[in-house]
Amino acid sequence: MHQTSPAPQPSIIVEARNLSKAYGARQAVGGITFAIGKGECFGFLGPNGAGKTTTIQMILGLVEKSGGELLVFGEAIPEQLKTIKPRVGVVPQNDNLDTDLTVYENLLTYASYYQLPRWETNARACELLQFFALDNRRHEYIRQLSGGQRRRLLLARAMMHRPQLLILDEPTVGLDPQARHLIWQRLKTLKEQGVTMMLTSHYMDEVARLSDRILVLNQGQVVAQGEPKQMVSEMVGLDVFEVICDDEQALLLEAVAAACQARSERTADGVYLYTNKDCAELESAIRPCDQWLRRPANLEDLFIKLTGRSLHES
Amino acid sequence: MRPSLSLSVKNILRVIQRNARVWWKYKVPSLVGNLGQPLLFLVAFGLGLSQQIETIAGLTYLQFIAPGLACSAMMYSAAFEATYGSYTRLSAQSTFEGILMTPITVEELAMGEVLWGALKGLLSGLIMIGVMPLFGLWPSPWVICLPLLLFVAGVLFAALGLIMTALATNYDFFNYFVSLIITPLFLFSGIFFAVDTLPIPTRALVRVMPLTPVVDLARMLCYGTIAPGWPGQITVLFLLAAGASWLAAVLLRRRLIK
Repeated sequence: MHQTSPAPQPSIIVEARNLSKAYGARQAVGGITFAIGKGECFGFLGPNGAGKTTTIQMILGLVEKSGGELLVFGEAIPEQLKTIKPRVGVVPQNDNLDTDLTVYENLLTYASYYQLPRWETNARACELLQFFALDNRRHEYIRQLSGGQRRRLLLARAMMHRPQLLILDEPTVGLDPQARHLIWQRLKTLKEQGVTMMLTSHYMDEVARLSDRILVLNQGQVVAQGEPKQMVSEMVGLDVFEVICDDEQALLLEAVAAACQARSERTADGVYLYTNKDCAELESAIRPCDQWLRRPANLEDLFIKLTGRSLHES
Repeated sequence: MRPSLSLSVKNILRVIQRNARVWWKYKVPSLVGNLGQPLLFLVAFGLGLSQQIETIAGLTYLQFIAPGLACSAMMYSAAFEATYGSYTRLSAQSTFEGILMTPITVEELAMGEVLWGALKGLLSGLIMIGVMPLFGLWPSPWVICLPLLLFVAGVLFAALGLIMTALATNYDFFNYFVSLIITPLFLFSGIFFAVDTLPIPTRALVRVMPLTPVVDLARMLCYGTIAPGWPGQITVLFLLAAGASWLAAVLLRRRLIK
């Protein structure tokens, strides 16, 4: 079972064509099409209930697709799951570490599910515990670990069998900034080593940092996909002015913005202005307002533009 | 539903190994839990009632109930492991979810859980047989066939337990299984009285209950009095164990793969 040279990879690692999943009358994923290239980090975005986790579970064979096609490493799911799954690693949204076992035993047990030989397991566990800064926790039980340590252990566990595709379902949810930065650094290193990644997250800064390309899902449909910087500049603009002002000022600003081809959006206590170019008239109109902020447009603006500002949970 | 029929023995072993690794840490409380009750029954009924009850089928009362209590220890251990144990791994601990993200299939997971429950049942049964000499009971050489019997019956009861686990929505659901199936089997499978003394309609009912042939065969093997009919009893047990295991795997797939 020991792989000295990994099986050759096609240039497309995951490919979905018109992939769908219905639970009775509810359409969780409604015919989505995307492709993840080799070595790419692909960001999978969407509000809660958009169908991200359902798509991941279809890749893992934990949810059966209702329609369309799904290929991983060029092989069909569900028929070829047996050959696909040894090459995939997963960091699940729910922490499912074995709480009855120690850190090291967790790695040992998980590697055994991939039939990794014992000598390789030992070497790999040491290497990964070091890489994820857990080597001094080796013999501790899971309940003694912090949230950040548990997440890092989930990552180490997912990497034991040297997967060619790493699926990360909200890998830093609930972590403090230090823990998130450590995980980002490690993920960047893995990416440099050529691991293909599929990432879901609600932290747009995380997605912007790590992803080469993104896909935005809303209510089971793809609403946009592409290269994040390009998408932000094309769909949101260059700069965003967040202005707090009264209604009268807001009306004035909306009119000035329209003249500058800037999009505006009213908020409870003011207005957001999205510009595509510098506009002196707009800037001088904003100056008298109570409070205002100018910042570059980002992925969060795009996300909200595409999926709306209100809550989506069904 | 696409049940996977090609089972990898290695994958099944990994599931068993994982459970064994955890069990080893809790072996003392686990064994006390599995053996306390049957041992107390052996002392209370065997020693206590032996003075007042005449021999049954040529055996003292202690001799009569000891093999059956080994069978009941097997049944309780296997059935409890595959209900309370497996359900904890399915729900609270998300162990099954973690395992199914790896190359292990639902069917391999189900078989691993059933065989693990059967092994726990076997161990409890063997310990009960092992303590018989402490009570002055010396089994016949036929007893070397007993582990196979206890294991096959263990597969049956673990599989029945896993069927319940696949259907359960909370721990209280197992009350049905324990109160309506396991406890009646314990009381009416001929552990405590000879089945032949029952009125005919009741006797027929008791004969079709799955623990009855196990108790019968265990008593035969313990005392070397082999009666005709055993090949039929063994065949039925094998078929029941295989059928229940298959159903457990099908139901577990339905539960875990959406």
